[in-house]
Amino acid sequence: METLWFIVVTLMLAIFIVLDGFDFGVGMVYPFVVRTEVERRTVLASIGPLWNANEVWLIAAGAVLFFAYPKAYAAGFSGFYLALILVLWLLIFRGLALELRSHVDHVLWKQAWDTAFTTASLLLAFVFGAALGNLIRGVPLNRDGYFFVPFWTDFQPGPEPGILDWFTVLLGLATVSILAFHGANYLAMNTEGTLHKRAAWTAWVMGWVSAGCTVLTVTAVPFVQPSLRLNFAGHPMEYLVPLSGLFALGSSLYLRQRQHDTAAFFTSSVFILLMLTSVMFGMYPYILVSTTDPALSLTVFNAATDSYGLTTGFAWFGVGFLLVVAYQSYVYSLFWGKTRSDDAH
Amino acid sequence: MTSALLYDRLQFAFTATFHYLFPQLTMGLALLLLYLRSRALVTNDDHYQQVSDFWTSIFALNFGFGVVTGIPLEFQFGTNWARFSTFAGGVIGQTLAMEGVFAFFLESSFLGILLFRKRFSRRMQWFAALMLFIGSWLSGYFILATNAWMQHPVAYQTGDDGRVFVNSLTGLLTNPWLFWQFAHNMTAAVVTASCAIAAVGAYYLLSGHYLSYAKTFLRTGVVAGAIAAALMIFPTGHGNAKQVFDHQPVKGAAFEGLFTTERGAGLYLVGQPNLETMTIDNPIEIPNALSFLVYKDLYAKVKGLDAFPRDEWPDNLPLLYYAYHIMAGLGTILATIFGLALLSLWRGRLFKMKWLLWLLMLSAPFPYIATSAGWMTAELGRQPWLVYGLLRTAHGTSPLVHSGNALFTLIGFLGLYLLLGLLFVFLLGKIIQRGPGSVDSEATYPA
Repeated sequence: METLWFIVVTLMLAIFIVLDGFDFGVGMVYPFVVRTEVERRTVLASIGPLWNANEVWLIAAGAVLFFAYPKAYAAGFSGFYLALILVLWLLIFRGLALELRSHVDHVLWKQAWDTAFTTASLLLAFVFGAALGNLIRGVPLNRDGYFFVPFWTDFQPGPEPGILDWFTVLLGLATVSILAFHGANYLAMNTEGTLHKRAAWTAWVMGWVSAGCTVLTVTAVPFVQPSLRLNFAGHPMEYLVPLSGLFALGSSLYLRQRQHDTAAFFTSSVFILLMLTSVMFGMYPYILVSTTDPALSLTVFNAATDSYGLTTGFAWFGVGFLLVVAYQSYVYSLFWGKTRSDDAH
Repeated sequence: MTSALLYDRLQFAFTATFHYLFPQLTMGLALLLLYLRSRALVTNDDHYQQVSDFWTSIFALNFGFGVVTGIPLEFQFGTNWARFSTFAGGVIGQTLAMEGVFAFFLESSFLGILLFRKRFSRRMQWFAALMLFIGSWLSGYFILATNAWMQHPVAYQTGDDGRVFVNSLTGLLTNPWLFWQFAHNMTAAVVTASCAIAAVGAYYLLSGHYLSYAKTFLRTGVVAGAIAAALMIFPTGHGNAKQVFDHQPVKGAAFEGLFTTERGAGLYLVGQPNLETMTIDNPIEIPNALSFLVYKDLYAKVKGLDAFPRDEWPDNLPLLYYAYHIMAGLGTILATIFGLALLSLWRGRLFKMKWLLWLLMLSAPFPYIATSAGWMTAELGRQPWLVYGLLRTAHGTSPLVHSGNALFTLIGFLGLYLLLGLLFVFLLGKIIQRGPGSVDSEATYPA
């Protein structure tokens, strides 16, 4: 049961990064692909009806983490206090930018929200990448099961790390480039004409940057967290997951070059999904690894709620999850296809 | 109180109060929009379609602010109240996760359809309104189930390490406390929305604009508001107060300002609690009324604060007392205004009664103040407990988040929410100025 919920939380977070990831990506490439107001509105309309529901995956994943592993939720959220409050403020700006831009017809109003949209998307992608880096590297958990990390210490992933060190910064930058690639793929799939041309070109560039960053990150991981390899060494078949992920990235670049927009977007989604899954394979059963003493780490077993909670939770979660997938697919199907220009006004 | 605890409490109180300004309107409005869209669908009347579209754009604006200010609340359980999350996560994790899975997805998915409604038929728009109603009321239900458990813990067992775990999910979701709390809270939300609709209608009618819309707004707002305001006071308000005296007598004594145990206790309408003398200064009192309201007996004994040890008293007594009296006072005033308006509407005079229209217009802020004060009553009255009788607030904070960090983020929230408040008022003013009927051609859609 404890393991099952680990898979659920991981899956929900991965879905969040794939879905809201393209919203962040659209935000990041936005200033590079638009020239006119009509183009701006088309780009914003392409994510307009969807981004809010995509963001809910983060909130729901947080709530499920709280429910299944209260200790890990409490330790993680209080330990990354500053980063999480920063995420909240950025989410507020991103949300306001998308909702309020259309309300006032004034060039400065629109410029302000355009800037807020891009800046918040960029920083959110970076912070989520750095957060993943923190999970891989570990945090200085104490005997009571809590920790607190400042934004930075000496930028080294040692026993007293900060949220930002060279490794987490690298992961942050990798995430920025991958989500920019992913978002540009989404835009290429949903737009036409010159907008499509610019989006496709941006995706092509960001695709190669992503490939470079991915190679650097994969090389760096064993130096920072050698134990991540242990799970893979025990089950060599699992190496297939990250390898398929890399293959998906390669395919996505190939399909990008051949102008297969939809396929390129789906393969970049698969790439993100598989790379996150590999990290979780490597992490299991750890949720928060302690850098001070491995025995103090929080695992899916010692951080979980009791078995009655986990079991009953599964009954309602199964129903709820199917419902969510059903009507989210339905809403996506309603808005599927090239963004119509009459939506953008 | 250590300063970190103070900042943690202020930050949660401030962000929660500010957040709830938005959902109280959207939850009430979701019900009224469902009615308006049903009417548009059944009669195929363009007038009702335009009325629905106008209130949908106000709904969407509020919903947007509600979403961005709501996320910080869920995060703060972990960031600022880590020991509480560890202690109670085995119980309230259930209801919070259910809210995320069942309510948030539903609301956010179907809001997109209403925002981009031009693409869809009226039947589809009606369906989206129905889903938004279900989603927002479910969300209210789950969050109130969480709060009801903190007020009146049920269906739990204590583990070996002192943490609590739910032992009956149905017990948690049918907490007896929840029944009155949910009913009272949701009728209050309908009052907020009705009051907003009636106030905008009164504003248009008094200023001579959009007359046909103004009359529809007034009819809808006044009828719904009168029904909801009556239900808000009796039986739901009464039921809530009754269960406080049954299960949290010290809270009841504190918010009524009853310092000493009395037979035939009176009800203070006005007065200032004096902590030096333990009396009420300048009291205006209805003799025996409190005994009667609580026990249906003019001479029943009601326990005063002196019956409880001092360290179990709510720690901000005067604020609690004022919050309760403001809620009850404004609730009564609102019910009176709506009652008068309904009577005048029924006799066909409302649209000519300028003074009553003025009152309706000016009373728009009252439900917001009353609701905020009501929640302050519930939450301040729960002190010094975070989970009533189980965990003290002082023992629920994050151990390693020190006061410097907590104050930093509190100041940040204050500044950010000031900006949000200004933006909201500005944009709401624009929508009201632009008026109904023109919505389709205007940029109320994102992008």
